Amino acid sequence: MHCGKAWDTESMADGDELEKKRRKIEALSEKMAVDEGHVACGGDWDGRWNHLKKFLERSGPFTLPDFEPGTETLQFLLETCKILVIGAGGLGCELLKNLALSGFRNIHVVDMDTIDISNLNRQFLFRSKDVGRPKAEVAAEFVNSRVPGCNVTPHCQKIQDFDESFYRKFHIIVCGLDSVIARRWMNGMLISLLNYENGVVDQSTIIPLIDGGTEGFKGNARVILPGMTACIDCTLELYPPQINFPMCTIASMPRLPEHCIEFARILQWPKEEPFGDGVSLDGDNPEHIQWVFMKAQERASEFNITGVTYRLTQGVVKRVIPAVASTNAVIAAACATEAFKIATSAYVTLNNYLVFSDVDGLYTYTFEAERKENCSACSQVPQDLQFSSSAKLQDVLQYLTESTSLQMKSPAITTTLQGKNKTLYLQTVASIEERTRPNLCKTLKELGLADGQELAVADVTTPQTVLFKLNFTS
Amino acid sequence: MAANKAAKEQKYDRQLRLWGDHGQEALENAHVCLVNATATGTEILKNLVLPGIGAFTIVDGHKVSGEDVGNNFFLSTNSIGKNRAQAATELLQELNSDVSGNFVEEVRAAGSYEMSQIWLDTCLRLGAVLWNAEVPFLVCRTYGLVGCMRLVVREHTVVESHPDNALEDLRLDQPFTELKNHIDSYDLDSMEKKDHSHTPWIIIVAKFLEKWYSEHNFQMPKNYKEKEAFRELLRQGILKNENGAPEDEENFDEAIKNVNTALNATKISSTVEDIFSCDLCDNITAQTPAFWVMARAVRDFVRDDGNGILPVRGTIPDMIADSEKFIKLQNVYGFSPPESISEQEIKMFCKNAAFLRVVRCRSLEEEYSIESVNKDEITSCMDNPDSEMVLYLMLRSIDRFYQQHSHYPGVYDYQVEEDISRLKVCVNSLLQEYGLSVSVKDDYIHEFCRCGSAEPHTVAAFLGGCAAQEAIKIITQQFVPFNNTFIYNAMTQTSATFQL
Repeated sequence: MHCGKAWDTESMADGDELEKKRRKIEALSEKMAVDEGHVACGGDWDGRWNHLKKFLERSGPFTLPDFEPGTETLQFLLETCKILVIGAGGLGCELLKNLALSGFRNIHVVDMDTIDISNLNRQFLFRSKDVGRPKAEVAAEFVNSRVPGCNVTPHCQKIQDFDESFYRKFHIIVCGLDSVIARRWMNGMLISLLNYENGVVDQSTIIPLIDGGTEGFKGNARVILPGMTACIDCTLELYPPQINFPMCTIASMPRLPEHCIEFARILQWPKEEPFGDGVSLDGDNPEHIQWVFMKAQERASEFNITGVTYRLTQGVVKRVIPAVASTNAVIAAACATEAFKIATSAYVTLNNYLVFSDVDGLYTYTFEAERKENCSACSQVPQDLQFSSSAKLQDVLQYLTESTSLQMKSPAITTTLQGKNKTLYLQTVASIEERTRPNLCKTLKELGLADGQELAVADVTTPQTVLFKLNFTS
Repeated sequence: MAANKAAKEQKYDRQLRLWGDHGQEALENAHVCLVNATATGTEILKNLVLPGIGAFTIVDGHKVSGEDVGNNFFLSTNSIGKNRAQAATELLQELNSDVSGNFVEEVRAAGSYEMSQIWLDTCLRLGAVLWNAEVPFLVCRTYGLVGCMRLVVREHTVVESHPDNALEDLRLDQPFTELKNHIDSYDLDSMEKKDHSHTPWIIIVAKFLEKWYSEHNFQMPKNYKEKEAFRELLRQGILKNENGAPEDEENFDEAIKNVNTALNATKISSTVEDIFSCDLCDNITAQTPAFWVMARAVRDFVRDDGNGILPVRGTIPDMIADSEKFIKLQNVYGFSPPESISEQEIKMFCKNAAFLRVVRCRSLEEEYSIESVNKDEITSCMDNPDSEMVLYLMLRSIDRFYQQHSHYPGVYDYQVEEDISRLKVCVNSLLQEYGLSVSVKDDYIHEFCRCGSAEPHTVAAFLGGCAAQEAIKIITQQFVPFNNTFIYNAMTQTSATFQL
């Protein structure tokens, strides 16, 4: 990570030398112990990094082989190491604090959101006066002010607004995201930065990705070395797809208060457009939630269902995930510890997944998530698509979205036919969707696809297209 | 007032979904005392102030040093030289105006109790005072890349333990009267397809169980073979179309899937039995806490009216069914919103009767006394020399070191080498004194000198999150606290809980 010099073997000094050294250090230490509160403007003060120096300037039994005790590592942290934090929310605020107090100074933070009052129970860099302001901006302001010398640069944007040239500049990337899609995109981006020589990944193109996630009293932290260790997509099964209620239940046989709420949200709202034509339901608008709540109550009383409350309504409409400060504190701390280890080689890095829960006592489980041989993101191997030649394109689309190992959202499928690039189906642009929709009902054979044909699939879950190879079963 | 209440509900929305309004109320009526505003201490408090604890008081006689500001987010360079309790209180208070923050800077704290310079000394003396006063005490410490937390509470009862993956309470093995009558009201054979496909799986299993009983001497399917045969029986019950092929009946699919768990015998767990056999349950007085009064009431019910089983929990999982059938079945199990507050409390207790928990921690005195030290736990854990238990032994050893040398090992660079051998002496004397025939690897002794009692922020933050949540559990009486020593190893990102 940092330029090193040859490993110095400890030399045995003679008694006099040792005594001289001891007296000199003692004198210096006395000065350290009695602080005069001398602070260089925006710089360091006496004793500031004492807690960290113990781990950076001394040898130890658990350091990595390439660890060299000395002042260079702290210098690297303070002056050279560039670290990116994705998300300035529950995990992001904690991460920024943790990194700033671990010697990292060159920190960038990306978050497109603005501050909401419901953030204030855990996103401690924000106050009620900040509601409505961009999270990245306010977070950076707070940390830069509280931790002198720290330079957090905010980016009030989506991660997708940046390309390789941005991400390539960082030594380490830490994610505190609340969406699997965003994680996968970030994962895909770092994989796209990798260079392979003769099938072996060039280590200098690897940017470690530390990923944290929390939900209520549970959380996880993992370290990903793209191209070397399990990536997000290798373990996609660990993120089961979101459960939606079946439409027939919502439409004609509600049993739970949630069904009544979904009825109001999915069926009544588009039909009645209560706040004007084309005005879509905004989960952050209390008036919208109130409307859904009242409609849901009406439906509930029709079916003798109890339990519809405003809080439940909001929770269902916004897909609210309960959250507290403590879980975020724990997971972000674990992530930041790993960032410190990676940057300094002071200890062995987590290999590679930590699970945490404090519902009943406190429970952690640490294991090595394994790479998937044919991972759609990091295996470099074109994905196998097994279909009959008489299967419809619709079937392929369904597989791409429903398979637990792919879980694509709105895949766009293109291929090369007769030397020309052809879009088979694309959902995200209305005019193209309309034009290519008839293809869904055509068979793969009718579309002119041959056995072994390569299909390129683009999706929000990945910045790079994923290559698939058609394998006709009949 | 109302506007303030609404704003609070919005602010705390995400956590209200975890512990409810009543949990929040308990939190807002609580007052927590932090001794020593170290990084660990302020991180714990941060995670209590943000969710809206009623009040906190920091007791700390130290002056803020440059070193302190380096690892503590709630101290700034302006506070160098000031009293640390005061400085930290200001920056913690500012996190949440709902909370009342206080500080005591006198070294002499409440009462005539005096704080010693020696950390361990303070702990043990404070521990004894709080044990007698029945005030829960949480001792937290970050030492290098190790975090340690010890809970000291005599007895803590939990009604709402919120278990993960609890089995349903369906009573199919011994249906109560109302359930039996409800099941009898169904005649699957005479139903139209629509009704047949939308009958709750609980009813289906119950009906086919009756069939099974008549052919199996009134014995439930017990082993895999029998359960598989029962599943086959259910499969045969699926309606067939005019070609003889089975129709798509999702409710039957659900029934088949649930055979494994639905046919388990209803019985009381040993945890709950233990609660029922407590002395506190027997001797009810005017001073007995509500938990034990209700436990006794439930125990009496179980023994007299309940035929040895708990009152019905009252909830059923969602399942394929038309609205009317489902709601009717729900009501049979007793699901109905409570009328009054006391009825609410009793209903809550009954609903959670299968999941009651009591946590009793040993006192610090018991842990530290040679007569009552938990030798077995320590030696068996140390079968693995890299178990977190070695970190516990090291923490005990560095306290011993401090008692002898008036400083922690390796604080200054020049001390590291000589302190390694001195620390080793402390480790061995500790093991010998307590009669622990275990060996501690030199690497750990070296590491505990190397780290020079440093308190890296990220480790303090981890422990701060853990400790705060344990405090919240104690205050809200929801979820189950640990018992009683939690060790976190940031080097390996592993942890363990020991009962010492």
